[in-house]
Amino acid sequence: MQTLYAVLDHPATKWVLLVFVMVMPLASLLTWAERRQSAMMQDRLGPNRAAPTFAPWLKLKGILHFVADAIKMISKEDFIPGNVHKGLFTLAPLLAIGPVLIAFAIIPFGPTIYPHVLDGTLDPLLLASQPEHQDFLHSIRLQVASFDYGILFYFAILTLSNYGGTLAGWASYNKWALLGGLRASSQMMSYEVAMGLSLMGCFLLVGSLEPGYIVGAGASSKLAPSNPLNWLWLWQFPALVLFMTAAIAETKRAPFDIPEGEPEIIGYFVEYSGLRWGLFFLAEFIEIVFISAVITSVFFGGWQVPFLDADGFRIGGYMAEVNGQLVSTGGTVLNLPHAVVTALQLGAFALKVILLCWFQLLIRWTLPRFRADQLMNLGWKVLLPLALAWTMLSALFKLAAIHFGWV
Amino acid sequence: MGASHGHDAADDETPGPRVLVVSAVSPRVRTIAVERPGPSDVTYLEAARKGLGVTLRHFVKNVLGKRRPAAALARGEEVAKQGLVPWNEIETIQYPEEKTHYPERFRGLHRLMQRDDGAVRCVACMLCPTVCPAHCITIVPAEADDQGVEKKPAVFEIDELRCVVCGLCVEACPCDAIRMDSGVHAKPVEHRGDAIMTREKLLDLSKQVGKDPASTATQGGEGPDWRE
Repeated sequence: MQTLYAVLDHPATKWVLLVFVMVMPLASLLTWAERRQSAMMQDRLGPNRAAPTFAPWLKLKGILHFVADAIKMISKEDFIPGNVHKGLFTLAPLLAIGPVLIAFAIIPFGPTIYPHVLDGTLDPLLLASQPEHQDFLHSIRLQVASFDYGILFYFAILTLSNYGGTLAGWASYNKWALLGGLRASSQMMSYEVAMGLSLMGCFLLVGSLEPGYIVGAGASSKLAPSNPLNWLWLWQFPALVLFMTAAIAETKRAPFDIPEGEPEIIGYFVEYSGLRWGLFFLAEFIEIVFISAVITSVFFGGWQVPFLDADGFRIGGYMAEVNGQLVSTGGTVLNLPHAVVTALQLGAFALKVILLCWFQLLIRWTLPRFRADQLMNLGWKVLLPLALAWTMLSALFKLAAIHFGWV
Repeated sequence: MGASHGHDAADDETPGPRVLVVSAVSPRVRTIAVERPGPSDVTYLEAARKGLGVTLRHFVKNVLGKRRPAAALARGEEVAKQGLVPWNEIETIQYPEEKTHYPERFRGLHRLMQRDDGAVRCVACMLCPTVCPAHCITIVPAEADDQGVEKKPAVFEIDELRCVVCGLCVEACPCDAIRMDSGVHAKPVEHRGDAIMTREKLLDLSKQVGKDPASTATQGGEGPDWRE
C-alpha cells in the first residue's frame, strides 16, 4: 500500500491523471460543445449525425463528431510544403501545445486526500494539532506541483507558447502566415502585461501567488474558505473581468482572433494540415480549459464546495487558530465521510471549469471581432491602466483591512 | 432647412450629428455636437453585456424548449403551446428524415408509364429528345410487336446529370408516356454513368415511389378530375 500511495502522490502520476482523464477529454468535448452551443445560440441544430457505420443509431447528439474529426486528422496526409524550415515547422505545433499542458502542473484540482481516513470523517482539529498522527501518515495532494511562485510559473510558461504561433508563421515561408505570426506575438505580448497586472490585487489580498494556497485560504481569515462570500470573485470583481478579457485575448480566439483572421490572412497555421494543424486546434481548446481552471482556482474557490468543510457541511461556526493554522469549527455540521467530501470537491472543480468553458464559448460566439488597432487600444489604453489602478486600490484596501482588523 | 435659419435647431429630426446652433447669416454654417466615446464605449462593457444577454436568451430557450413538429416547421405554421415547456426557435428541417412541403406539381425524377398490358407506353416518336434543351434523352426506336403503334423504344435513357428539369418532355409527349411526378430528387452518384436512368430504371421508379405505372393523365396531375 505504501508503494501505491507513493506512486499516486508522484507528480508524474498526478499530471498524467489530470491531463489525460480531465483536460484532454474536456478539450476534445469542447470541439463538440463549441459547435452545438453556437448552433443553439443561433437557432440551429448543429452537427448531430456522426455515428459509426455498424451502429447508425448511435448518434449521441453529435458527440462522436470529435472522434470522426480525430480519425480524419490522423489519416490525412502529413504535408510539408517545399520551402519551409522543416525543423521549426515541425517544432511549432509542439511549442503551441506543450507549455499549456506543462502549466497545468500548478492547478489544484482537488483537496489533499488522506487514504487512512477515507471511510471515516476527517477531523480538521486533529489534523491541525497533530499533523504527524498516524491517520495522516500518507497523503495525496491533488496538485502536481505547488511552487511559491505559483501563477508566475503560468505567466512564464505561457510566454513560451507564444513562440508556437510566431515560429509557425516564420517557418511556413508564407507572407500571410508570417503576418499572422507577427500579429500573434504582438497580441500575446501586449495582453500578457495586462493579464499579469490584473491578478496583482488578488495576490496582495491573499498574500500568496500559489493557487493551492489561494483556494485553501480565501480572502479573509474570518470566514471559512468554503464560504462563497470568501472567494475572490466578490472582492476582486474588476480583476476577474480584466483577467478574463486578457486571458481570452491570450487564447487568440474571437473576439480577439486577429492572428487567425480567417477572412483575410488565415493565420500562422495556413500551411499546416492534418494532425499538425490539429495540434494548434487542440492547443486552443486546452488553453480554454486552462484559463477556466486558473479563474476557478483564483476567483471561484477552486475545488471548494459552498459550505463544505473537510468534515462535512457547516453553516455558521467560527474560525479557530490551532498551531498557527486556521480551522473552521462549531456551527451546524452535517458530517460526511472523507471519501464523499473528496468526491464532491473534485466534482465541484470539474463543474466550475465546465461552466467557465461554457461562458468563454458564449463570449466567443457573441462578440464581433476587434480591429487590430482597437485590439491594441483595448490592451494598452484600457486594460493596462485599469489593472494598474485596481492594483493600487487593492493595496489601499489591504492596508485599511490590516489597520482596522477586517481580515 | 433654409426656413429654419436663425432658430434653435435642437429639435431637428434629420439624421446625422446633433446641431446645436445654426448661423443666422448663412444656414449652412452650424455648430454641431461632437459625440465622444464614453467610458462604456471604450471598454465595450455595455455592448458586450447586451450581446451576451441576447445570445444567452436564445441558448436557454433552444436548449430547454421542445422542437416544433417537423410537419409544422415545413408548412411554416404556428403551433399552439402544449404543456409547460415552450417551443424553441430552431427552424431546421432535418432533410432525409423530415421533408418540407412539396408543391403538387413538383418536378422530380422522370418515370416511364405503362399500358394496361405492362408494355411501355412510349411509341418512340422522338418528340421529347427533340424538344429537350439539354439533349439528355436518348431514344433508339425499334419495331413494336403491336402493329397499331408501329414503334417502341429499344433504348430509352435519360442523363439526369444533364437534365435541367424543365418539364418540356412531359409537355411534348403525345401519349402520356413520361412524367416527372415521382417526387424524388436526383441522387448523388460516384460515377457519371450511374446518373443515367435506363428504360428499366425509369419503369421501376413508379413501383419505388408507390405510384400506379398504368394510370392515365388527369387535368392538374393525378387525382380526381377538376371538372368532377
